[in-house]
Amino acid sequence: MEFTKDSLKIDAAAVTEQLCQTIRTQIRTRLHKTGAVVGVSGGIDSTVCAALCARALGPERVVGIMMPEKDSSPLSEQLARKLAAQFGFQAIKEDISGGLAGLGCYERRDEAIRSVFPEFDPSWSAKITIPTNILEKDTFNFFHLTIENKSGESRTKRMPLAAYLQVVASSNLKQRLRMTTLYYHAEKRNWAVIGTGNKDEHEQGFFVKYGDGGADLKPIAHLFKIQVYQLAEYLKVPREIIDRTPTTDTYSAEVTQEEFFFGLDFYKMDMLWYALEHKVPAEKAAEVLGLTVEQVRHGYANIERKVNATEYLKLPPLHAV
Amino acid sequence: MTIDQTVLRKELRQFITDSFLIGDDQVVFADTDSFMKNGIIDSTGVLELTAHLEEKYSVTPSDDEMLPANLDSIDNLVNFIQRKLSATAAQ
Repeated sequence: MEFTKDSLKIDAAAVTEQLCQTIRTQIRTRLHKTGAVVGVSGGIDSTVCAALCARALGPERVVGIMMPEKDSSPLSEQLARKLAAQFGFQAIKEDISGGLAGLGCYERRDEAIRSVFPEFDPSWSAKITIPTNILEKDTFNFFHLTIENKSGESRTKRMPLAAYLQVVASSNLKQRLRMTTLYYHAEKRNWAVIGTGNKDEHEQGFFVKYGDGGADLKPIAHLFKIQVYQLAEYLKVPREIIDRTPTTDTYSAEVTQEEFFFGLDFYKMDMLWYALEHKVPAEKAAEVLGLTVEQVRHGYANIERKVNATEYLKLPPLHAV
Repeated sequence: MTIDQTVLRKELRQFITDSFLIGDDQVVFADTDSFMKNGIIDSTGVLELTAHLEEKYSVTPSDDEMLPANLDSIDNLVNFIQRKLSATAAQ
């Protein structure tokens, strides 16, 4: 197989038609539902999923749910509304801050942050990041906590295990409450919940089990992120959404998906991953991508480790038989 | 502080078995085997492992030392811990 810079180029028109056909068939014949509920965040993945569903089912059979909470960027709602207006589906806003406060999300998270930075108070923002030099070294993923105050002063420390686990467990309440909210809207209409993760998120485990991973149909879970961008261009979604840097929109300080999880820009990661899956020799991948062989090997190792380490996220509940 | 290599090896194996294999000492892994590739620990396990190194041996890997070459097998751990302890002793 020849590996070139264009190996992940798709025929966006053909892929769109095939996906629309599959969405129609699966919702009707496998799920026995009559419409689709999509959580819309103003990000590229949920945008493409909502646009595909509107095209496949008709906009009157799609509802987009915006689920901001107090750490969300206001831009997320603005972009989601713009998307809904363009594709003609109904947009409903559900502010989940109160529900999250009731679950102790913010309190539990802040308690864990204070175990690392006792001076932290809710007027500061916070984020978690991983090393982004993964091509330079075969490094493990570990996590830094950064807090920032309103005057821009920031402090960063590597996170001890207990604090890391509590911050993640608290923050995951956001995705799980969003899933619960989506199922409310789906069940009330007898519609299906659409999962919006792409291949990068799904297979490397960048999702919350029974949170954003909880859905009836995941139409783009087999597509690399850079292929999702190609569909977005073809579907003519709002330019601001295509140009927006993908963030987690989970932490109070803005953190890109590259900083938080992937550690690498999407083009390089997707191309390396494709090369790894197709057993492209490191020497060939290095030549095509303008990297050293060593960098390719580090990239391969990092992707493999993430896929293996998050295998359990993709498992259904196991039966003890 | 120095630790006898045989003792260190035994202590680390016991920690790995107790912490990640729920005490199942029937699981066979060589001192050279990668914990990650053999499904013994994952990325969260690495954090648990480094916490143990800090607590038990006062060895804290720097960010630049969070590498499989230092942490991803019994042999790698033994070499890493001894190197760090020797460096501390030499100061």
